[in-house]
Amino acid sequence: MIETIVFYIFAFSTVVTATAVVTVRNPVHAALFLVLTFFTSAIIWMTLEAEFLAISLVLVYVGAVMVLFLFVVMMLDINIARLRDGFVKYLPLGVAVALIMLGLMLNVVTSDIFSAEVFSEPAARATDYSNTKALGSVLYTDYVFAFEIAAVILLVAIIAAISLTMRKRTHTKYQNPSEQIKVRKADRLRIVKMPANGE
Amino acid sequence: MTVELSHYLILAAVLFSISMAGIVINRKNIIVLLMSIELMLLAVNLNFIAFSHYLNDLAGQVFVFFILTVAAAEAAIGLAILVVLFRNKRSINVEDISEMKG
Amino acid sequence: MESIYLAIPLASLLGAVLAGFFGKQIGRAGSHWVTILGVGTSFVLSLLVLKDVAIDDAPIYNQALYTWMVSDGIRFEVGFLIDSLTALMMVVVTGVSLMVHIYTIGYMHDDPGYQRFFSYISLFTFSMLMLVMSNNFLQLFFGWEAVGLVSYLLIGFWFTRDTAIYANLKAFLVNRVGDFGFLLGIAVVLMYTGSLDYYEVFDRADRMLFATTQVIPGVDWTVITLACILLFVGAMGKSAQVPLHVWLPDSMEGPTPISALIHAATMVTAGIFMVARMSPLFELSETALSVVIVIGATTAFFMGLIGIVQNDIKRVVAYSTLSQLGYMTVALGASAYSAAIFHLMTHAFFKALLFLAAGSVIIAMHHEQDIRKMGGLKKYMPITYWVSLIGSLALIGFPGFAGYFSKDAIIIATKNATVPGAGYAYAMVLMGVFVTAFYSFRMFFLVFHGEERMDKHTKEHLHETAPVVTFPLIMLAIPSVIIGWLTIETVLFGGYFDSAIFILNEHGAMAAVADAFHGPLNFVLHALYPGPAYLAFAGVGAAWYIYLKKPSIAEQAKAKFGFIYNLLDNKYYFDRFNEIVFASASRGIGNVLWRLGDALMIDGLVVNGSARLVGWVSGIVRHVQTGYLNHYAFAMITGLILLLGWAVLG
Repeated sequence: MIETIVFYIFAFSTVVTATAVVTVRNPVHAALFLVLTFFTSAIIWMTLEAEFLAISLVLVYVGAVMVLFLFVVMMLDINIARLRDGFVKYLPLGVAVALIMLGLMLNVVTSDIFSAEVFSEPAARATDYSNTKALGSVLYTDYVFAFEIAAVILLVAIIAAISLTMRKRTHTKYQNPSEQIKVRKADRLRIVKMPANGE
Repeated sequence: MTVELSHYLILAAVLFSISMAGIVINRKNIIVLLMSIELMLLAVNLNFIAFSHYLNDLAGQVFVFFILTVAAAEAAIGLAILVVLFRNKRSINVEDISEMKG
Repeated sequence: MESIYLAIPLASLLGAVLAGFFGKQIGRAGSHWVTILGVGTSFVLSLLVLKDVAIDDAPIYNQALYTWMVSDGIRFEVGFLIDSLTALMMVVVTGVSLMVHIYTIGYMHDDPGYQRFFSYISLFTFSMLMLVMSNNFLQLFFGWEAVGLVSYLLIGFWFTRDTAIYANLKAFLVNRVGDFGFLLGIAVVLMYTGSLDYYEVFDRADRMLFATTQVIPGVDWTVITLACILLFVGAMGKSAQVPLHVWLPDSMEGPTPISALIHAATMVTAGIFMVARMSPLFELSETALSVVIVIGATTAFFMGLIGIVQNDIKRVVAYSTLSQLGYMTVALGASAYSAAIFHLMTHAFFKALLFLAAGSVIIAMHHEQDIRKMGGLKKYMPITYWVSLIGSLALIGFPGFAGYFSKDAIIIATKNATVPGAGYAYAMVLMGVFVTAFYSFRMFFLVFHGEERMDKHTKEHLHETAPVVTFPLIMLAIPSVIIGWLTIETVLFGGYFDSAIFILNEHGAMAAVADAFHGPLNFVLHALYPGPAYLAFAGVGAAWYIYLKKPSIAEQAKAKFGFIYNLLDNKYYFDRFNEIVFASASRGIGNVLWRLGDALMIDGLVVNGSARLVGWVSGIVRHVQTGYLNHYAFAMITGLILLLGWAVLG
């Protein structure tokens, strides 16, 4: 019973905050609402016994990605008014699209395929069950290649993001160690023949 | 009255629909578009985790793990592009970007 | 023995490779030494093989050395067939080749392509040896094409001359026509006998004898006739028989040693050799023999006539080569294969001699080839003079010289031949004797006797050529005199070729010659009876009278018989005909195909057309790409909804 109450409270708040994300005027507020959506979702994930992912969602998404969002939003000098042009005009279309989509999906998910008889509540875990440990043991064995690829993707993302945003500053004084090492005598020294003094 | 699988699925469907509406109504603001996409991914992840729980199969959670990874990378690069775009155009309005017009 | 057989062609090949690829490193002298050593080795070993076969009666060697592939039971092999015919050809080829190698040192002395030249002629020797030593059609064809290739390379040796390029292209194209027939002939043989090996094919020849096929619908042809005629088309191309002879006179654009080696002594006789080798097939087809004898006779007489009006020293010899090849072909048609090969051998020596002597004259005249600008060279170049005299006498069949024995044997054989067309052939070869004598001595008198018509500068520098040039001349002059005496009995009547050449009993031409033969001396004395020898004397006499005694006659005759002169001077308009009919027709077809097929259909419709189509479609479709992110997003959403709707509701 307590789980049901928890689910409904947080499902409701998730829907509300998600709606707020797409409707508030200020992108900073939208980002903050998104943070809240992630928090409530994380709690729902907790009830589904996905503790590790719930924590990851908070740490990675809220802690890193959303901070990045906020950072970018605040860094850029955005003309909010202009961006809101046509908000009201497109609202009915947005709602219509959302309702059609929702209708189609509800048509599937409320059918008997996913009823409680088919997918019954699984038995409770043993008390010493660790979701993190279980996830880790499959991640580093069965999915080790995918894991490595994910690592490479992150690396690529880091390099791509840096190389995209890096700017060459023209007036800074910095040293280039590789050029310093590669230097030769001929690059620096020029011997000139000239008459000795006094002749 | 207990929580069933379909409840989670309905919640995910609602989230997905909201984010889709968000894409339509915030069609000019790239930042909110990116946030809507994050929201969509969240809905998908919720589905994965719900199924993982009810099927008692960890594969769903592993999938979510990778989606989180890729989504983080995507957000990082997307924002980087956004920054470069703003630097060059002084705007993130979608209507100001149409160089790829055919 | 096997390793010796293998060493014979490979020694030449090694020389060619060394001189060709490492010519720069080993230098000019180095390259002529390696090639001469290579060919010399081949020559000595060939002599050994000849001794083995001719004197020690070694059994026929017929072995495949290397199987290239086996496809559907047909074996593609490299193998040697060493019998009397092969051994004789090997000695002729390597012997003449060796002489030409030595001669080349002098002739090409200042040429920048020295190493290349030596590489080519050694490669030629290798190819020709592969051709004659082959025991199967595949290798025969390889050798056939390889000598053709070298011939092409060497005619165009001075590749900066337009005429040389034109001539080698012409040689290549005409030979292609012949080779096409040859290849078809091999295909027919392969199709009906299922083998490429000579002996297997000969064993199964009756499969072709009794089979018929229709080349032209409604007309039945015996397969053996078809196969033989197709093979002979190949021989016509390579041995320059009418109407595929047109390339040989033009091939004189090549350096003179090449004219001697390839376009007189050896390569052009490949066709003769091939027909002789295929005697077990040709014997079975009367029709094919008839075609052979008629074509040979036509070549023998009419090409000789052209020789009368030529003024280029090399071209006169070239037309005499054509004519002599015609004689050999006549002998083949008359089933006197051994006489043909005998003439091939003697001809190789005296014709190489004549060409090299002509080359010697050309060197002395500073590369002037027009005989109207020579004359009286006798006192300047005694050695060349005497060897030329020997060569000319041998060529015209003067009693006692090499050519006499072989040519007389051919004439007697033709007289006794029974195939249809033999009568025509007999008349042609008899008249040919007179013509041969006439043009040979016309050239001889114009070059070495009479007034000195060269310019002053040339005259001052006239002198006998270097020993490296005259040595091969002398070495070739000796066999030109004596080889007939020495070998006629063995080669023609001693059963030397019994194992290699097959003659049906009813084709008794050679048997008739044998009946009339009572030793070489008797054969020479036979010349005293009324016969071809008198025609030769008459030819010499006529040439002497017209060109030395009363040169005005020639001019008068030229004026009076202008029509005939023009006909001859234009070589019966063969070139003109080919130019108009084949060349322009091919060019016309080529133009049409180019314009319609290539430019319009392929380039226009297929290649550029598809590109244009893509461009047109994209021109329309590109408007879909607005460049606005929200349009794309909306398209995606619409697509998603439609797909989902289809999946859920559909």
